Amino acid sequence: MSKKNIFDMDDIDIAWCPGCGDFQILTTLKEALVELDIKPNNLVLVSGIGQAAKTPQYLNCNFFNGLHGRSLPVAWAIKATNPELVVIAESGDGCSYGEGGNHFIHTVRRNPNITNFVHNNMIYGLTKGQASPTSRFGMKTGIQVDGVILDPFNPLTIAIGLDASFVARTYAGDQKHMKEMMIKAIKHKGYALLDILQPCVSFNKLNTYQWFKERIYYLENHDPTNRLEALKRAAEVEKFPLGIFYVNEKPTFEENTEVYHTNKKPIYKRERDLKKFSEKFL
Amino acid sequence: MNSFSLEDKEDISIVLCGAAGQGIQTVEQFLTHVLQEDGYNVAATKEYMSRVRGGTNSTEIRISSKRVSAFVDRIDIFIPLNKTAIARQRKRITKDTIIISESELIKDEIDISKYKVIEIPWTELAQEIGSKVYLNTIAAGLIAELFQLDQEIGKKYLRNRFASKGEEIIQKNFEAFNKGCEIADTLISEKGLKIAIKKSSKKDKELLYNGASAVGMGAIAGGCNFICSYPMSPSTGVLVFLAKHAHDFDILVEQAEDEIAAINAGLGAAYAGARAMVTTSGGGFALMGEGLSLSGIIETPIVIHVAQRPGPGTGLPTRTEQGDLELVLYAGHGDFPRIILAPGSLQDAFYITQKAFNLADKFQVPVIILTDQYFMDLYYNIPPPDISKISIEKHITKTEKGYKRYKYTENGISPRGIPGYGEGLVRADSDEHTEDGFITEDLDVTRVKMVEKRLKKFDEVKKNVIPPDLLGTDKYKTLIIGWGSTFTAIKEALDIIADKEISFLHFKQVYPLHQKTKEFLEKAEKVIIIENNVTSQFSKLIKLYTGFEIKNKILKFNGMPFSVEELVEKIKKIEEV
Ligand SMILES: Cc1ncc(C[n+]2csc(CCOP(=O)(O)OP(=O)(O)O)c2C)c(N)n1
Ligand code: SF4
Ligand SMILES: [Mg+2]
Repeated sequence: MSKKNIFDMDDIDIAWCPGCGDFQILTTLKEALVELDIKPNNLVLVSGIGQAAKTPQYLNCNFFNGLHGRSLPVAWAIKATNPELVVIAESGDGCSYGEGGNHFIHTVRRNPNITNFVHNNMIYGLTKGQASPTSRFGMKTGIQVDGVILDPFNPLTIAIGLDASFVARTYAGDQKHMKEMMIKAIKHKGYALLDILQPCVSFNKLNTYQWFKERIYYLENHDPTNRLEALKRAAEVEKFPLGIFYVNEKPTFEENTEVYHTNKKPIYKRERDLKKFSEKFL
Repeated sequence: MNSFSLEDKEDISIVLCGAAGQGIQTVEQFLTHVLQEDGYNVAATKEYMSRVRGGTNSTEIRISSKRVSAFVDRIDIFIPLNKTAIARQRKRITKDTIIISESELIKDEIDISKYKVIEIPWTELAQEIGSKVYLNTIAAGLIAELFQLDQEIGKKYLRNRFASKGEEIIQKNFEAFNKGCEIADTLISEKGLKIAIKKSSKKDKELLYNGASAVGMGAIAGGCNFICSYPMSPSTGVLVFLAKHAHDFDILVEQAEDEIAAINAGLGAAYAGARAMVTTSGGGFALMGEGLSLSGIIETPIVIHVAQRPGPGTGLPTRTEQGDLELVLYAGHGDFPRIILAPGSLQDAFYITQKAFNLADKFQVPVIILTDQYFMDLYYNIPPPDISKISIEKHITKTEKGYKRYKYTENGISPRGIPGYGEGLVRADSDEHTEDGFITEDLDVTRVKMVEKRLKKFDEVKKNVIPPDLLGTDKYKTLIIGWGSTFTAIKEALDIIADKEISFLHFKQVYPLHQKTKEFLEKAEKVIIIENNVTSQFSKLIKLYTGFEIKNKILKFNGMPFSVEELVEKIKKIEEV
């Protein structure tokens, strides 16, 4: 980090292991936010629980550090209560796809204008190395002593299958690409999923920087409005294409919800009309 | 043939019983609304099976010279609409009950010659008008005419009800209604089936609402602008009510994917400044447990309406019980303050729900409103609430730079800022946190102070407890204790018993308990608690917080509410010993 960024915090004790991909994500996120000219008091970072979910603690902005798995319902509700805020939900793969799997599915359908960054390290970091939904088949852990016997969860195919508004993947080891993806995801109007491949140096000895480096490649000549093509690329198992898989511009939850059809004022700013109450009911 | 006369009665109970889908509810809606509009005191309760078609459901409508608001066992007029109706209600049918029916439906169940049966070929008459569907309107017309309803009111109602179906259907319903009136006129003149219920002398217009609507109206008057919930009987009525009025009052209504999402969304909305509510029943509330606890640590207000039904598990989805007091009392891990309210009357439901939003906002705690199926579905006329008595109290502050969300204060309540309003940053943290909301493991200082801070708020809450209502003299010998929905039945039972030495103490706030509770209990020679659950959950709570053990218990847990008569009998029995 060179010059001071308005999202920087003084004297913080970061709880991540040296070399963890989370550091690159944090730095890049701050840069992206500055480039987008977002004001700290207009931004809310919403997270669940996990290593990734600690990210908001290290940024100078509003945050809601909620429960494990529950960042998305909190995030859409904040946005719906005050659409003037920029809302980013940020958490780990276990939090977002495991504990919060049902919310993930339905938030895609709901399509609030929020951004979802998922630090996908294919492991439960905070709880010290159990399989996550995205852990590879065969990976051994202290619990999966014979190796994982479930097929990995593919967040991208699920999201595209649900006709999500924006679906992309990046890699913590490529900050330039990551920043570009973050900016595009935040700018996108509607629910934007950015799955971030993130090496966990302490507990994931399988999916290392080297392992990812050998498997990533960048999407080229891909038409992100072509859903079937997007699905095909997202379904690749041997390799991990990076980039924007799918974009589907459509009205957001806030636009679809009746309270904002004609009146754009955030609901929390509106006064309840008790006179109208009397007219209606009494 | 005076035996059919009901002229000496001050209070008539009419029960309609038939299969789901047969239109009992249409008749109930019609009669309660038109008779109320015509000036009568009415009350209605329902019991129904957890199915959409078939089975046997019933509705009880009371029309009375005095205000009524509870369920009675007695049936004065019984209208069975299917063959299982008699069997289902047999215990309640006596030689005094007038049964109006097609003989086909009852002849195998009772000896028609031994009961006061009036045979009406409903189906045939309805078919003459055009279809079986008109049966309900004929029945409604018949009852209405027995009460000498102003026919214009009846027709106005039908016109509104069937407006979307076109003029032909409206006319057919008028025809059916008139047919019912004609039959009633013959019954009055030939059988002497006369009714002399007095209309009430109240000048002002009364309101006719059920519990679900009363809670919903309270929420609107409390400033609720966000509700996210997952459907679950018997709590859904509140969600439906708010959805129906969402456009008029700018309420964001969203059906969640599950109850966990619902409460987390509610808390997210509240964090951003909404007055948020969720509505659910015991099973759904169980899923909200972690979210409840989250509300405790992030000190974010939320109103949780729990309409109880009998458990455990799925239990009896459409029946009633007061079995979730301990659930809501102990749900959520860790120690944090909470408030539990339990309205007894429909007026209470309005004022208490309204107040719940102010309490949640003021103390930054979860406020739980406990009702139940019986209460949700119970209708009766009430005077309109006095809007001048209420206000929407908001406790949101504009933040400044350096704002600390969990600032230590004398009473534990930190000024609550919301993101985007002011210069400060608002950090809500489910981890133990510092004053500015950052995660901490400073155990000896911060952790201890934060726990104490949160509990200090409870001391403030305790200074603002809604006192229990004492009905009757304060020089009682026997004190009856009740909470929540049993209020009206207990009150009516005690009016009947009319013993000046028995008073009734009703709690509409069950937690924390009012400080005078013990004093009330110790003054009595005998204390009787009445609860719609099997282990007397409220007496356990009373014992825990006052040390007072209530020995006499009247408990019911078969899924039905207490009837007035059974309370009279059971109270008298205890009084005799
Ligand atoms: C309801 C609940 N269940 C379990 C946990 C324990 N827990 C905390 S974080 C976590 C997994 C974290 O994995 P992930 O979301 O992938 O984040 P990472 O630490 O890998 O960044 C678990 C199981 C919890 N806090 N809450
Ligand atoms: S445990 Fe893994 S994910 Fe967590 S900080 Fe350490 S390296 Fe990163
Ligand atoms: Mg992880």
